[in-house]
Amino acid sequence: MTIGETQEDIIRDFSILDGDLEMSVMYLMELGQKLPEMKAEEKIEENVVKGCQSKVWLTASLVHERLFFSADSNTAITKGLVSMLIRIYNGHSPEEILPSELFFMQKIGMGRFIGTQRSNGFAAMIKQMKLYALAYKTKSEIQA
Amino acid sequence: MEVAALIHKQLDIESIRKQFPVLHQKVNGHDLVYFDNAATTQKPQAVIQSLVNYYSGFNANIHRGIHTLAEKATKSFEETRVIAQEFINAAHKEEIIFLRGVTEAINLVASTYGRAFLKEGDEIILSGLEHHSNIVPWQLIAEEKGVRIRVIPVTPAGELDMDAFEKLLSTKTKIVAVNHASNSLGTINPIQTIIDKSHQVGAVVLIDGAQASAHIEIDVQQLDCDFYCVSGHKMYGPTGIGFLYGKKELLEKMPPYMGGGEMIKNVTFEKTTYNDLPYKFEAGTPNIADVVAYKEAFLFINQVGKKVAASHEQALLHYASKELSQLKGVRLIGTAPEKVSVQSFIIEGIHPFDIGQMLDARGVAVRTGHHCTEPLMYHFGIEGTVRASFAVYNTKKEIDKLVEGVDRIISFLK
Repeated sequence: MTIGETQEDIIRDFSILDGDLEMSVMYLMELGQKLPEMKAEEKIEENVVKGCQSKVWLTASLVHERLFFSADSNTAITKGLVSMLIRIYNGHSPEEILPSELFFMQKIGMGRFIGTQRSNGFAAMIKQMKLYALAYKTKSEIQA
Repeated sequence: MEVAALIHKQLDIESIRKQFPVLHQKVNGHDLVYFDNAATTQKPQAVIQSLVNYYSGFNANIHRGIHTLAEKATKSFEETRVIAQEFINAAHKEEIIFLRGVTEAINLVASTYGRAFLKEGDEIILSGLEHHSNIVPWQLIAEEKGVRIRVIPVTPAGELDMDAFEKLLSTKTKIVAVNHASNSLGTINPIQTIIDKSHQVGAVVLIDGAQASAHIEIDVQQLDCDFYCVSGHKMYGPTGIGFLYGKKELLEKMPPYMGGGEMIKNVTFEKTTYNDLPYKFEAGTPNIADVVAYKEAFLFINQVGKKVAASHEQALLHYASKELSQLKGVRLIGTAPEKVSVQSFIIEGIHPFDIGQMLDARGVAVRTGHHCTEPLMYHFGIEGTVRASFAVYNTKKEIDKLVEGVDRIISFLK
């Protein structure tokens, strides 16, 4: 599934909630609960995403040219937010991730259920994921 | 008003609510429940209308104008000073200095009184319950002057440890700065005792009245405090306006805070002489419109009656505390017997942000986080709390909505 197709899936999932804010927030928290647990040794200061009001740990590994992220947060909603990004990016190559555009946020009306501060934090998470993609891409280019 | 009359005076909540246009709206499909009053209160129509009247009727720069509009604006501006004076029972109207609010008031005292009278080796006593705005200005001057800051510890219930306070007091103590009521926990501090004991060692006392002004009767002459700071927006007034009360003899010997127009008598390049109180501390064109409208906030509180309002708010506080404490996993933070209508709480295993967001989805506005009191949060070993704070226009039914929302998030996430 492409990055775009996964986003379409997310948009479809949210459309069932019919714009109900409370249901959307609860659904988001449910998504967070389903996120695979991050290893305790990965929850270290250097994996903390800077710019998030709540604490978010994020790390990535490259397996057969594909990126796999793992993350956790001390708040349930933020964990739900990062879980959507992981669903979109996981299993894609840095070359696919770097130029990709995210459009699902507007379509699901995310602005309504995360405030300005969380929006900034969300942007910081995306930036961090793309930085991982860039770092791995550069690393493999050097090695090649 | 006599006590008997007070008892019989019932609060007509519906007619009070009608005066606050902002309350009558849907937020996320639900009737708004506004429980973030400790951050800022909503404004009655009279305050809003007063701003409109000022700008559409008599906007002019005050004090030096000779024309009719300037005269009218000056008169209105000075009327607020008198009503503020009466509100806290200050002896003189020139003891009321209009500023942006408590933060500016504390900065003014720290910068002027602190800079003029503190010297190396002196001590300032603050408390563990203070807002950052009653910590950082003192740290700035303390660093500059080589002054030591001592802190009154806080008990598990969120009260000041008064025995420890007495041990901190000494002839080195030059300033004691504490809040009248805590913004995070609601604790009402025994400021009369603090003032009396501090004066015994010759220290001056500043009271941060941000959380008290709308809820507690204030009599600065009886208290005998040296400085008392008030923010208008926390007492139904406009944002960006408040005042510093200072004893006349202290204000007179303090150097000016900011230089500019209004605060001078004569200016030559060789020497400038400063204006009399209160203008010495009101440099530049002040926030005229908000001062004018601020008057209506005082009138609103006076009309409702502080005691009547407080007893309603206390009933709400006790109901909320009781109902919240019965929910599984809820821990109340701040359980002092004497409190203003603020209840902080946490839920084991659920982050305050999630609770706040979930409540917002149900139209309930609360505050989450450290409430600008990080040292206090460290003391309790928590990152932050959910804080519900009640004003005179809130109702028991609204508290039911808060409790319902909290209950729902607990059953969902646990």
